[in-house]
Amino acid sequence: MERFETLEGVVAPIDRANVDTDAIIPKQFLKSIKRSGFGPNLFDEWRYLDRGEPDVDNSTRPVNPDFVLNQPRFRNARILVVRENFGCGSSREHAVWALEDFGIRAVIGSSFADIFYNNCFKNGVLPIVLDAAQVAGIFDLVAKHDGLTLKIDLPEQVIELPDGGRIEFSIEPFRKECLLKGLDEIGLTLAHADEIKAYEARRREQAPWLFAAGEK
Amino acid sequence: MAKNLYDKLWDAHVVRENDDGTCLVYIDRHLVHEVTSPQAFEGLRIAGRKPWRRDSILAVPDHNVPTLGRAEGIADPVSRLQVETLDENCRHFGLTEFTMEDPRQGIVHVIGPEQGATLPGMTVVCGDSHTSTHGAFGALAFGIGTSEVEHVLATQCLVLKKSRSMLVQVDGLLAPGVTAKDLALAIIGEIGTAGGTGHCIEYRGEAISALSMEGRMTLCNMAIESGARSGIVAVDDVTIDYLASRPFAPSGAEWDAAVSAWRELHSDDGADFDALITIDAASIRPQVTWGTSPEMVATIDGRVPMLEDIANPDRRHDVERALEYMGLKPGQAIRDIKVDKVFIGSCTNSRIEDLRAAAAAIRGGHVAAKVQALVVPGSGLVKQQAESEGLDKVFIAAGFEWREPGCSMCLAMNADRLEPGERCASTSNRNFEGRQGAGGRTRRVGPAVAAAAAIAGHFVDVTEEVA
Repeated sequence: MERFETLEGVVAPIDRANVDTDAIIPKQFLKSIKRSGFGPNLFDEWRYLDRGEPDVDNSTRPVNPDFVLNQPRFRNARILVVRENFGCGSSREHAVWALEDFGIRAVIGSSFADIFYNNCFKNGVLPIVLDAAQVAGIFDLVAKHDGLTLKIDLPEQVIELPDGGRIEFSIEPFRKECLLKGLDEIGLTLAHADEIKAYEARRREQAPWLFAAGEK
Repeated sequence: MAKNLYDKLWDAHVVRENDDGTCLVYIDRHLVHEVTSPQAFEGLRIAGRKPWRRDSILAVPDHNVPTLGRAEGIADPVSRLQVETLDENCRHFGLTEFTMEDPRQGIVHVIGPEQGATLPGMTVVCGDSHTSTHGAFGALAFGIGTSEVEHVLATQCLVLKKSRSMLVQVDGLLAPGVTAKDLALAIIGEIGTAGGTGHCIEYRGEAISALSMEGRMTLCNMAIESGARSGIVAVDDVTIDYLASRPFAPSGAEWDAAVSAWRELHSDDGADFDALITIDAASIRPQVTWGTSPEMVATIDGRVPMLEDIANPDRRHDVERALEYMGLKPGQAIRDIKVDKVFIGSCTNSRIEDLRAAAAAIRGGHVAAKVQALVVPGSGLVKQQAESEGLDKVFIAAGFEWREPGCSMCLAMNADRLEPGERCASTSNRNFEGRQGAGGRTRRVGPAVAAAAAIAGHFVDVTEEVA
């Protein structure tokens, strides 16, 4: 996983509540058995005027000029500012892979769906939860600038605004450490293998039916 | 101290508590399908790791499988490769898989319970948000992303922070013709699509006790549509009767021991919850979604909202956009909404009881002109059962198509999908833009309402006919 320390980049606004993971990456692209290459199909149905399919050259497809990520000032966005309940619906991690592949490394919103929020941290993408008023303030700033740039400082847990303003944010210490160091969480858990085995032995005693192999 | 059911399930699975309050939580059952697992298996191989406990895993292809002409295999090469990749991973790692040709194949959330692979008191995960379904058995069940699938494969555990608890107390009984689906939609309409975020919901009350296991699965399945990763129902006789003599369930003395342990799987008297919602079951009418979010729902005798009635400008903007996408007018009667396609199936409503309800709603009628209606059983065994009851003949005689089991048109990863602008009455769980096919217009309903809409060509109130 790519480490996350500080990030400076353009913010693109996705001005809509309850953006679901079907919208972030439509189902036909989930047929891939890879983790990469989803960026060109991020928000596919909003971004293009035709219907996207896997294995199609996206560079020749007609784009929707009104969609925010197609506007020149947002094309190189590294950060999204979003409305409430972003990432709801399906558990597909492909949604985060698509964001990351497009170049988005941070998403700022007032609330996120639980599974999406978790998936972000597994892929070096930082979801930042702020008060609804603070998020509305960033939407206002984005509207007033021709490509607003923000700096996100994870060690300090602060977003720096161009006018010198600072917005602090909170993050769980374990998640912060994993992002800062790009840690392999599986490796961390396997360091506790003896405790897992001890739990299993105890549990097998109490509830052996949980360990039955079942029919093959 | 009095514990609620979620506390009990959580406490029984904590392997260790970390300094920051997160816990290492043990996973008893890992269900696997073809869409969210290939990258996890690849990660395992790259790191030179093996599955921690192979017998905890049950795999099945369901999202990409064709519901017609299965003997000829999968036509779409991209879909075919994904299913073949699951087969290959299961062979390589020695995992139990019901392949596409297996008569037990079906939607992962139908076959888990059907096989008794989902048991009370378990933690159950799957790389699929509708894993909440399995909470119907008093199990802690939730959807995970692919990185977490890999984590469970490698360690049998997840690092989790305990959620808050919410009690949805449903008092009284549902009226005749009103189903678990209507209850689920009414609850989402009440608390919203994010109302359950960060919570595990326990459904409790007279109406819940009166539900069959199929109904409880429908209800818990939809917990995620209110934002809750898990929904749970306490264990009772209905649960235990359902599980007796299922292939993966214990038997003999072990069954007796299990049953006595399962009897404890309910919230203690006086247990606390972080949030409480009360619903009056008798007031619930059949529900139909009109918009592009699960909370955009009305009763069958109701109307699409008037924009001027919505005070919040952001909400009004969302509704306006949804109506434009759906091709509906503000204030339009739900009953006047026409349908082009009808889909009866999905992990929400494809079990035997759902198919019986749909067949009963046909009442000798025939699918309306220009309407295409699909019935997709949740598993090969559900299909067999329905055929032994003659339901397939009822559907076919009425002009419905009787298909092979799979996820099908719920999310259109196989060939079953809506064309742009097509209007669908669907027993599935999501009415997002493009969910059933780009530009498709989904209205979510229960199985009887869907079948009745296929016959009439528009929505009708099935409870009027019942009464």
